[in-house]
Amino acid sequence: MGDFFTVELLTAVLRTATPLLFAALGGLLSERSGVMNIALEGFMLLGAFTAVAGTYYLHDPFLGLLCGALAAAAGAAIHAVWCISLRADQIVAGIALNLLGAGIPIFLMQRLWEQAGRTPSVEKLPMIASGVSILVPVAFLLVPVVWYLLERTKPGLRIQAAGEHPQAAESVGIRVSGYRYACVIASGVLAGIGGAFLSIGDLSLFTRDMTQGRGFIALAAVIFGNWNPLGTLAATLLFAGAQAFQVQAQAAGVGISADLLLALPYLLTLIAITGLVRHSRPPAGLGRHPTVD
Amino acid sequence: METVDRTDMPRAMTVSDDAAPLAVEMRGIVKRFPGVVANDGVNLAVRRGEIHALLGENGAGKTTLMNILFGLYHQDAGEIRIEGRPVRFQSPRDAVQAGLGMVHQHFMLVDRFTVTENVILGFEGTGTLRLDRDAAERRVGELAESFGLRVDPRARVEDLPVGMQQRVEILRALYQGSRILILDEPTALLTPQEVEELYQTLERLRAAGGTIIFITHKLREVAAISDRVTVIRRGKTVGTRVTAETTPSELAELMVGREVSLRVDRPPAHPGEPVLAVENLVVRGRGGVPAVNDVSFSVRRGEIVGLCGVEGNGQTELVEALAGLRAPESGRVMLKGRDLTGADPRTLRRAGLAYIPEDRHHRGLVLPFSLTENVLLGTSEDPPFSRWGCIDYGAAEETCERLMREFDVRAPSPDVPAAALSGGNQQKLIIARELLREPDVLLAVQPTRGLDVGAIEFVHRELIEQRERGRGVFLVSFDLDEILDLSDRILVIYQGRIVGEFVSGQVSRTEIGLRMGGRGGDERGGGQAAD
Repeated sequence: MGDFFTVELLTAVLRTATPLLFAALGGLLSERSGVMNIALEGFMLLGAFTAVAGTYYLHDPFLGLLCGALAAAAGAAIHAVWCISLRADQIVAGIALNLLGAGIPIFLMQRLWEQAGRTPSVEKLPMIASGVSILVPVAFLLVPVVWYLLERTKPGLRIQAAGEHPQAAESVGIRVSGYRYACVIASGVLAGIGGAFLSIGDLSLFTRDMTQGRGFIALAAVIFGNWNPLGTLAATLLFAGAQAFQVQAQAAGVGISADLLLALPYLLTLIAITGLVRHSRPPAGLGRHPTVD
Repeated sequence: METVDRTDMPRAMTVSDDAAPLAVEMRGIVKRFPGVVANDGVNLAVRRGEIHALLGENGAGKTTLMNILFGLYHQDAGEIRIEGRPVRFQSPRDAVQAGLGMVHQHFMLVDRFTVTENVILGFEGTGTLRLDRDAAERRVGELAESFGLRVDPRARVEDLPVGMQQRVEILRALYQGSRILILDEPTALLTPQEVEELYQTLERLRAAGGTIIFITHKLREVAAISDRVTVIRRGKTVGTRVTAETTPSELAELMVGREVSLRVDRPPAHPGEPVLAVENLVVRGRGGVPAVNDVSFSVRRGEIVGLCGVEGNGQTELVEALAGLRAPESGRVMLKGRDLTGADPRTLRRAGLAYIPEDRHHRGLVLPFSLTENVLLGTSEDPPFSRWGCIDYGAAEETCERLMREFDVRAPSPDVPAAALSGGNQQKLIIARELLREPDVLLAVQPTRGLDVGAIEFVHRELIEQRERGRGVFLVSFDLDEILDLSDRILVIYQGRIVGEFVSGQVSRTEIGLRMGGRGGDERGGGQAAD
């Protein structure tokens, strides 16, 4: 076991945590403002695919990243309109966006490249070290940024008020829907960047359903982290650790069934949700509207 | 009235009370909601520097009127002037800028925020994006002190008692620069002592030049605190009086539209043997902490036992345990001598328990069901409704019609959904259904909450009638007056314990009020005194 905990494992944990962290911080913003967001998975897929398409046509992975973030933001804007302005059921809206996020890339891949399974290879975002994309430090730097925003700024106080008691916020003249729109769209941008990390940060192409449930794991990390940026970071690292351990263990040929190892991160998610979630406390105004009429 | 030198208060002209300029003038206010006219030409004139009570029954349109004044709703017709200037508020923020402040019936406070965060929310000051909590806490602390409002600016609101939370709401209004304060049923959740403190606060604010509108449906409060009172009934202003020159019975008549008896006639009780006995009951609440702690009492045939206390002191859990909706941790519940601890609601009902729940919309009725179907709830397996395992709707409808006649449930037919009925009629239907089984014990929880005076009279008479028929009535209410009017014996609950047991008529309001707040002497008849 001595050479098991190597730099390699550490890089693997960081790489695995990065997309989760982007999406989770996005989800956290959205939920702290009071909008349930199960659509992170869909936003990630939109971001991952559009980042590749953007890079392919614009020949610049940074422009590709921008495209990915914008596409996911557009998806999030739809979620925002449904959930905030039209007061649709936030779970149903999220499911719809997840389906959309899964379907649009497949449709467009067929139209653009006449293949539905994967895109051609494109240029990747630069690396800062072997196997470590430039987006990795960005994700981790975002944790204190989001924390500061929520806990130490005036807009942060208002976001929290919108999420905890939208009527109260509205009664002192805070435009709850404005803050919610901003947060939901920010969640799209962040989840989109998380998705783009998978396609042009880690790999250099998009394959169908390449997020493999990471959007949901990110959501679980938000809940497990008790809607707190630092807790969410810890939860993300835990899931990423389990995932990286699983890969390394398989590669090292540890005598545990490969299927069991594969299931490990998901099992951990389940345990976290059932066991620890009882002690967590969601924003009191989650899914509630500022006025009842 | 003296001119007060405070920059955020209006520089009142030196005038006598009688001719004080109007702080608020509302003329001919009309507000329609689908199917209802909530305000139908209401007039209200509030003088600067007075405490003005707005009196009316539930549903009379008081809250609607104040929501219009505060910019939450827009009137369909009518005019509003604040300090002489016509206004039309688009939002509460406009109202706040014009000098209004509102203390809502259901506090608009973020539980997880501190006092300071709640007070400054929405008015954090311009300049940097950074929130300077320390400076804000100092400002809030100084403001609280200048008005004599004792509250810790760093405390989390969820940790504060209700009376203190209300103080935070008042403080917030003052922070926002309010000169006219609206309080919507501010005493509903307070202990009598907290009410006293609120009155003192209001008097201080008035002395500082503030104007206060006090919404209430309780005559006692009008007399205790207001200078003048405006009564509204069914969306119309029926009169404004100087409080000192009117009487409770005149106000009651104005409010209800007919003469009402303010006293409940309660002949002396002749209690028989105990029908409900509770011994050392412990019930856990949410989160696993004991919400009911070692409670013992009994209810005898032919008596009304009233349980009073401030909301949230274990009443809900106690009632749920008695009704079979929550399993007790330990202790015993005996019904007519049978141990029915932890029995399910059906067994309890069969054993002779009837239950008028606290929340008729969630527990008492299925709102989209017809009246007939609601009568069938819990009775559908008994004759005459059940034949060969099938429901006899004909019989059920006949019974429903009979009950509607006997209990004066006003509805066009037994087929209309329960949701279409007024609160009073819904409550009558529940009572009718619960009494259909000829119960031995009647568990009545907040039986008159949200009802108008007419319906309250009916419910009170019915409870006394049940007592006269030899049934044991256990009445749980947050309304001390209701408890005092109806009960033969009074239990006081505080933090899940019975901290006082009194025979009606042998105890003062003050004494009960002290017990409700966890204080008070130790000449308790029963045993467990508060820690």
